[in-house]
Amino acid sequence: MIWALLAVALVAASTFAVATFPRSVLVFLLFQGSLLFVYRARIPDRLRWSLLAIALLVLMPAIGYFNSYYLEVATQVGIFVALALGLNIVVGLAGLLDLGYVAFFAVGAYSWAIFGSPHANVIFGGGFPLPGWWFYVFLLVGLGVAATTGILLGLPVLRLHGDYLAIVTLGFGEVIRVLANNLDKPINFTNGPKGITPISRPPAPFGLPYGEYFYFLALLIVVAVVLVNRRLEDSHIGRAWEAIREDELAARAMGVPLVRMKLMAFACGASFAGVMGVLFSAKQVFINPESFTFLESIGVLAMVILGGMGSIPGAVVGATVVTVLNLQVLKGFSLWLNELKNAGVTVLGYSLADLPTQFEPAKYERMVFGVILVLMMIFRPQGIFPARRRQRELAK
Amino acid sequence: MDYELLIGIFPQVLLDGIILGFMYALIALGYTMVYGVLEFINFAHSEIFIVGAFVGVEVLLGLKSVGLLDGLPWPIVLVLVLLAGMAASGFLAVAVERIAYRPLRQAPRLIPLISAIGISFFLQDLIRLFESLWRNAFNLVYPTIDVLNLRFELTETIDVSVKSLVVIGGALLMLWALHLIVNRTKVGTAIRAVAEDQAAASLMGIDVNRIISLTFLIGGAMGGAAGVLFGVQYGLINPYSGFIPGLKAFTAAVLGGIGNIPGAMVGGIVLGLLEAFAASYLSLLTGGAFGAEYKDILAFSILILILIFRPKGLLGEVVRERA
Repeated sequence: MIWALLAVALVAASTFAVATFPRSVLVFLLFQGSLLFVYRARIPDRLRWSLLAIALLVLMPAIGYFNSYYLEVATQVGIFVALALGLNIVVGLAGLLDLGYVAFFAVGAYSWAIFGSPHANVIFGGGFPLPGWWFYVFLLVGLGVAATTGILLGLPVLRLHGDYLAIVTLGFGEVIRVLANNLDKPINFTNGPKGITPISRPPAPFGLPYGEYFYFLALLIVVAVVLVNRRLEDSHIGRAWEAIREDELAARAMGVPLVRMKLMAFACGASFAGVMGVLFSAKQVFINPESFTFLESIGVLAMVILGGMGSIPGAVVGATVVTVLNLQVLKGFSLWLNELKNAGVTVLGYSLADLPTQFEPAKYERMVFGVILVLMMIFRPQGIFPARRRQRELAK
Repeated sequence: MDYELLIGIFPQVLLDGIILGFMYALIALGYTMVYGVLEFINFAHSEIFIVGAFVGVEVLLGLKSVGLLDGLPWPIVLVLVLLAGMAASGFLAVAVERIAYRPLRQAPRLIPLISAIGISFFLQDLIRLFESLWRNAFNLVYPTIDVLNLRFELTETIDVSVKSLVVIGGALLMLWALHLIVNRTKVGTAIRAVAEDQAAASLMGIDVNRIISLTFLIGGAMGGAAGVLFGVQYGLINPYSGFIPGLKAFTAAVLGGIGNIPGAMVGGIVLGLLEAFAASYLSLLTGGAFGAEYKDILAFSILILILIFRPKGLLGEVVRERA
């Protein structure tokens, strides 16, 4: 009973706080923390799910209606949660370290970007962009194209293990980026470094503002991805993946079809990224190869590692924490520092105004990812919310 | 097609390829030595390499600010810079091993690799942080030494700059020194013994941990030397410019047969030549349809093909299967 009251009170209080403070990192973290608390608290399941549903379906869009900044962050979080869940299948369940994961995201994004913008006229003659409702078709097309790309990557690397596989997938990710950068000739597919714009958006139902619309769409995809993930985890496919991760030879001896299972892991992981890529390109209206660098791949990997490889709640929490760190904490620190500088504050006799102009805390994403990866590997390789099986294996 | 042009640039491209190849070879040594001993890809080696370049530029700028850059004879300046870069990179590599790899030596395969990726990213931004605070800039230009920019005209179309000769000479010297250390000294024997069989080596009274640290020291120092030479040759460096050469050098190491020291040199030169030719000829041969940027794709394709069809590399022995 106390738990239930506490959970309701926490959600209410944090929602109130978010509604009161327009751009505060801390209160938004508090809001997310309260959701996590609800998820972990010892309360009846019905209360748990209705609280979460209310918070995500009603409170968050309502906050976003008055303050689009939080909604933007929430949508970004949603996109990265889906990516982390996809990578979680490849890395966490099947144990295949994929360092070029963002390539599939790019493939999905470009598939809609090309056909959903006037750019396709350059390739196929007139008739483009496709009308907005094609966007929904392309969610499936993006899924299919990314899954096919995943299989195409998987086929040649089937025989590779561990770190060699990692390096080859890294190379593959770079190849996709270089292609995106250079396929503006001989036929202009990607428009090179200049990127593609304007990309059509689908007509939003019920006159929803686009901020809310993309938030709900991202949420819907995330829920679908979570459900698929949960069903897969305990299916014979999921078990086969985990068997491959633990011991390939033993798995083969037990009759696990290695080729099919590995390809399926690549295809599944890739397909989630492909769907989110389509959504991403419509949301951004503009894409260029800069959004699909190695840095992004490692960012998603850091999310999976932080949460715990093979753990679904872990991937969700990891994606949330890392995205908020990047979008809010680092940028917030930058802004705060600038304010202090402009106010002429001195620390221990050193005037902050003398700080070099090139020193911008917002630019240190890599350091954040790096620190997360190293510290987690040394002190807690099973992650914050370890998958149960994984925990037993690594905590020996 | 302009055949005269194609043939005319050939010697110059060959020379560029050889220089690039020696650079890759020096970096590849760091990957291959560590792999030989620990069977582990030291992903942070690309940053250990670029730290050498940054220490080099700092020493040069320091000498310049006290007026010694033109005051001292240029070979002494070069040796000073090389030694500084090698020392910094070598000790950094040892520290990285001690902090981020050693605690994970018994962990499953992917754990230390992920830790190494983390270190690589961390170091990139650490260099950026340091240079931003210290110089308020992190894209640094190597100060020029006049003698190094002199060019000899060999024929009408080909010329060689002094710095190219210095880079090739320096690289050859390093490789020769490494060869002596590994094959002619007691320490080198110990390194080879540890690479062969750690348990047996330790039973023979070899301090395995010390030898592993030493391997990182030597590999790191080679990377540091490569960093300084990279800066001297190409002039402009930033904290992120080590990453791609590092990846290429790893490709070179795999191409030559990972864990195999002569293999790293052969792989480096082959890859350097292939890349230089791809960069110059692709665009000419395809009428501009495919530009020089496709050289990166070429390198990665080589990596994938080698790993699939000849994982032991050009000169390698059979690599033990590890999951």
